[in-house]
Amino acid sequence: MTGEARKAPFRPLARLKRIGGARASWSGLAAQAVLLAVLAWLAYEMVANVRANLAAQGIASGFGFLTHSAGFAVSQALIPYEQTDSYLRVFAVGLVNTLVVSAIGIVLATILGFVVGLGRLSPNWLLARLAGGYVELIRNLPLLYQILFWYLAVLGALPGPRQSLSPLPGVFLSNRGIVVPEPVPQASFAIVAAALALGIVIALGLGFYARRTLFRQGRVVRVWPYALAAVIGLPLAIALLFGAPLTFDVPELRGFNFAGGVRLLPEFAALTIALSTYTAAFIAENVRSGVLAVSRGQWEAGESLGLSRGQLLRLIVVPQALRVTLPPLANQYLNLTKNSSLAVAIGYPDLFSVFAGTALSQTGQAIEIIAITMAVYLAISLVTTTIMNVFNWRVARRGQA
Amino acid sequence: MAADPIVTIAGLNKWFGEFHVLRDIDLAVPRGARIVICGPSGSGKSTLIRCINALEEFQEGRITVDGIELGPGLRRVDEVRREVGMVFQSFNLFPHLTVLQNCTLAPIFVRKMPQKDAEALAMKYLERVRIPSLAPKYPGQISGGQQQRVAIARALAMSPKIMLFDEPTSALDPEMVKEVLDTMVDLATEGMTMLVVTHEMGFAREVASRVVFMDEGQIVEANTPGQFFDHPQHARTRLFLSQILR
Repeated sequence: MTGEARKAPFRPLARLKRIGGARASWSGLAAQAVLLAVLAWLAYEMVANVRANLAAQGIASGFGFLTHSAGFAVSQALIPYEQTDSYLRVFAVGLVNTLVVSAIGIVLATILGFVVGLGRLSPNWLLARLAGGYVELIRNLPLLYQILFWYLAVLGALPGPRQSLSPLPGVFLSNRGIVVPEPVPQASFAIVAAALALGIVIALGLGFYARRTLFRQGRVVRVWPYALAAVIGLPLAIALLFGAPLTFDVPELRGFNFAGGVRLLPEFAALTIALSTYTAAFIAENVRSGVLAVSRGQWEAGESLGLSRGQLLRLIVVPQALRVTLPPLANQYLNLTKNSSLAVAIGYPDLFSVFAGTALSQTGQAIEIIAITMAVYLAISLVTTTIMNVFNWRVARRGQA
Repeated sequence: MAADPIVTIAGLNKWFGEFHVLRDIDLAVPRGARIVICGPSGSGKSTLIRCINALEEFQEGRITVDGIELGPGLRRVDEVRREVGMVFQSFNLFPHLTVLQNCTLAPIFVRKMPQKDAEALAMKYLERVRIPSLAPKYPGQISGGQQQRVAIARALAMSPKIMLFDEPTSALDPEMVKEVLDTMVDLATEGMTMLVVTHEMGFAREVASRVVFMDEGQIVEANTPGQFFDHPQHARTRLFLSQILR
């Protein structure tokens, strides 16, 4: 034995070199500096050029137009909107519509994707073939075609409001869209929501306490009844005390259309269905590759312990498959969000359609509007990526046996 | 050893495609016996013990485990698997679960044991393999020998009547072989019925009640360790022993 462990020697120049690339030479670093300078110069030239051209053509620039009145109607506004509202308001309405379609699409695509992906690996011959057929059919047809298919061939073929289908009480399907009861928050909504949040915090605290007692003292504490009471009982008690937090406004047929309730546009429904079924086909393949990446030994270990196939999938295989499935899953979420801009084809008022479409053609301020739109899609994508990276890190961090 | 056999294998034949991997295997394992199975690679020894807990199908013959019969077609698989614990060469711990969760998973989900009892049981077996302090760790954070001892505790937590070991020390660094073998010796001393595929001839000589030598899918020779090592009957056995004992 020769001496104690010591720190690595401090060599700042060598570290600088490593940042430029592990095997970079000094001349290689110089080349990188030159490239950086050229890129900066190109960017400067572009900006200067555009400014000069706009001034020469007399096109207004700047973001002043955002406060001007838009003057056009939007078919679906989830936040209050009038024709006289500003372009900024139009932007917000479009953004909310994009986010809603993307969020619902992501949830549905994930659920369907997992079901189809696992189904394709099922020992049940018919189920596996059906799932395989779904994947091959859906992922090989253009998304635009599928959006138009759902919009024109399926939803467009539904009967008018007076003959509408009602699969559930209070839910009506017609060629004007889907009408569902609208939840209306009551006075006690805030306090019940607060009670629910408090209950969740208490339950998390109890879980943490139970784990700590187990590992520090080797003692098992039964906390789940208290946790359950906190999450369900607490808000329930508050609701009983202060009255129900929500009531439902049920739609009714009046004349040729429905009054009350929330109406989901057929455009919205078609876009959501098309985006989620299309993306689900790709997610299914990601799930399948993840499951196949789990070693045979894991299955055998589970089988030899007597776990059923369902338990094996749920407890052993899927949690490990997620490590392989998550990074490409993030890609699919990004694709779905970006693909939602195809809404423009069927007139769903998403961000792209109302802002980079109508607002742009009315104002002519292409550079500003395209820049804002780009920044928004970029921001949504980067936020999605960050969330998925954090989730991925949490999954991957657990042992690498 | 005339005690009633807990495992009976009769006329077992198995093919991988055209390859006849097990040929007319007959073997009776008395309750509490420690059977060591050895033989050259490809002789079918791992396949044989994998047939006992139905990880492999077979085409002909019969296996009876504690009165439960396994025939071609693998019926009553779950009943047999609950009686039989298995330890693999590559540990096969669940990497996304802690050591404790590895050991409580099957008792909770297969035996429907309350979590509290399952955790107490798991801690008991982790103490028995002398690593209770590792309970909150993940498999990736502990050594190979420790992982294999967790795998043994995980199998024991299902209270099996028979333990199968498929080359439990072959994937370990030499330093860690001993800690795993010691655990297995403890288990044998407590009267567990064990079938062990291994090349650890020291373990065989010390612990086995019977040593079975297989070659080309057949049992060539089965004898007490004393007879087996000192007076091997077949030329093939003598050749094998001369190559691994030097």
